[in-house]
Amino acid sequence: MTDDVPGKRPHTLNRRKLLAAMAAIPALGMLGSSRAFAQDTSTATVNTTGLAVTDTDVTVGILHSVTGTMAISETGSVQAEILAIEQINAMGGVLGRQIKYIQEDGASDWPTFAEKAKKLLVQDKVASVMGCWTSASRKAVLPVFEQYNGMLYYPTFYEGLEESPNVIYTGQEATQQILAGIDWVVDTKGAKSFYLLGSDYIWPRTSNKIARRHIEMKGLKVVGEEYYPLEHTQFNSVINKIKLTKPDVIYAIVVGGSNVAFYKQLKAAGIDLTKEAPLLLTISVTEDEILGIGGENIVGAYAAMKYFQSLENENNAAFVRAFKERWGDGIVIGDVTQAAYLGPWLWKAAVEKAGSFDVDKVREASPGIELATAPEGYVKIHENHHLWSKLRIGHARADGQYDVVYETAELMEPDPFPEGYQ
Amino acid sequence: MIGDYTYDQFFSILAMQGFAGLILFSVFVLMALGLAIIFGQMGVINMAHGEFMILGAYVTWGVSLLVTSFAPVLFPVYFFVAMGLGFCASFALGLLVEWAMIRHLYRRPLDTLLATWGLSLILQQLYRSVFGAREVGVTLPDWMMGSLPLTDIIEVPINGLFVMGLTTLIAIGVFLLMFRSRWGKQVRAVTQNRVMAGAVGIDTRRVDRLTFGLGCGIAGVAGSAFTMIGSTGPTAGQLYIVDTFLVVVFGGAASLFGTIASAFAISQAQSSMEFFMSGSMAKVLTLLTVVGILMLRPQGLFTLKIRR
Repeated sequence: MTDDVPGKRPHTLNRRKLLAAMAAIPALGMLGSSRAFAQDTSTATVNTTGLAVTDTDVTVGILHSVTGTMAISETGSVQAEILAIEQINAMGGVLGRQIKYIQEDGASDWPTFAEKAKKLLVQDKVASVMGCWTSASRKAVLPVFEQYNGMLYYPTFYEGLEESPNVIYTGQEATQQILAGIDWVVDTKGAKSFYLLGSDYIWPRTSNKIARRHIEMKGLKVVGEEYYPLEHTQFNSVINKIKLTKPDVIYAIVVGGSNVAFYKQLKAAGIDLTKEAPLLLTISVTEDEILGIGGENIVGAYAAMKYFQSLENENNAAFVRAFKERWGDGIVIGDVTQAAYLGPWLWKAAVEKAGSFDVDKVREASPGIELATAPEGYVKIHENHHLWSKLRIGHARADGQYDVVYETAELMEPDPFPEGYQ
Repeated sequence: MIGDYTYDQFFSILAMQGFAGLILFSVFVLMALGLAIIFGQMGVINMAHGEFMILGAYVTWGVSLLVTSFAPVLFPVYFFVAMGLGFCASFALGLLVEWAMIRHLYRRPLDTLLATWGLSLILQQLYRSVFGAREVGVTLPDWMMGSLPLTDIIEVPINGLFVMGLTTLIAIGVFLLMFRSRWGKQVRAVTQNRVMAGAVGIDTRRVDRLTFGLGCGIAGVAGSAFTMIGSTGPTAGQLYIVDTFLVVVFGGAASLFGTIASAFAISQAQSSMEFFMSGSMAKVLTLLTVVGILMLRPQGLFTLKIRR
């Protein structure tokens, strides 16, 4: 059927005029929405790299294990990130946009983490990802983030020796956590010999290397160093060795489900941690892990972390209250959970400072960002993408919480490449 | 290492390592006995064995909660009740699974492998949905914690002794059942020659179902006992399944005695090596040795001599 009726103007001209008129409407809309802000927050300006940003919302990714041996540790991080996102949305969102999140399950399997990271960055085009827990998972996703220029907010305390432009590390690195902890146990408890124990992957091995160097530099002894596979459940041999070598301190970096087996068997073997002979200092047991271990099995142990749920300050009181309201009264909040909570807030601050969601601009804006509302107190992003933070030592109670017995006076500068420790 | 210790201390080391090895041996036997019955006697590869164990563990946790809230005076002895209930729960689930799924797949071992693996995933998600994704802590009565000092240096953990005692009881029970009872004779008849057994009037279907149920029930008791020494969570079964299969296959699938022998060999090798080198290395060497021996003797250590 032909539309060529003689005497009428060609349709294309009409159509062109109509399209021109329609184009004016979104322009008017943009004028209206950006009236509230001093800067231009139109999608075209804040998103020049094709991220999942619209006029009303922005999408971020959450990538943690909710199944598998790491679920016991990572579930808290997911809850914290969701709480932070909901609080930010209630306050108006980021650059006037509500945050939507896509959650993926790494399933405690490192190749799955890499696969899901690629899916989030390439397919879903998320503006940032809050994710990972173990160093192995972070190492698996690092090439993906660097290739596709994403930004990962990584919440776990880890061994350092890394400074990627595509990661913001909201947890402490080794020197902040390990060195100060060892100094405390030597100065306050007079410890002279150490037994290093850990699960067999990169974080415990590198941490123990740093710990050993530090201990030997102080002229003290390391009487043993042992590693067990991540899913190992029989620790009687190493407990026997500990009994025989009689160290002053057991420096334990056992991770995940093995924790439960280790502390139960330690107690069953007659080693009473409250007697502090030997004393146990750990950097891998937060309130989350104690839920599975049972407070009565680990009472008397010391942990070196930057955050404990029992910290007394205004920010933390509000945070714990909000967390319990959202996720239930019986919930506990560990160091990594709190660091995960910081992720969305630090990202929001960086985006607002940069005026854009583009990862390159967020990266430029991040160093120097301060957060005074953090539950742990005050934190600041360093140029090396880590946080200035304090270290605290907690003494485990039978009810699963920690008593904070020591706090560094100053904020500790993050130093992921300490001299002489590599 | 020897140079650092006195003669006395060295002796104590050996003694304590011996105990650690025996405890590991008991753990392996407890895990593997249920699977040996199912795999060995029926040729069914049950990949969901770990999940049956964890069912026993969850039942124990449930009982501990009930007893703490309603009858605290029973707390010191609740563990035995919990183990009994764990056996019943896993036995019942085993019967159900056999009736619904396994009985259709008897002559198809690869299909049972796939089907039971699927079952294990379903059970894991079921536990996750019902009990939560995180691990649950089971509180133990006081008398089960701590250790017995035998000498100045040698101390034996009580829960280790408990596991050893339990394993001995169960092993004796299974032995009596299999080799001294009428029902055991029926099971062995069905294993050796199913067709003839059916021809002489043995109800092979019922025998199969009860055998499967028994194997799962023993797994439930094992899981219940393991709440003392390990974690209880939806995926905790996966921690045990590989070692269990290792022990059963290495011992020779159709022989219960082989299972016990291989559990002994593997546990002693692993725990002795663990003492002199790191845990990971010991595991690697143990596995390499097992692989090497299986390559030379694929049927395992002990085999059933049957005329086919």
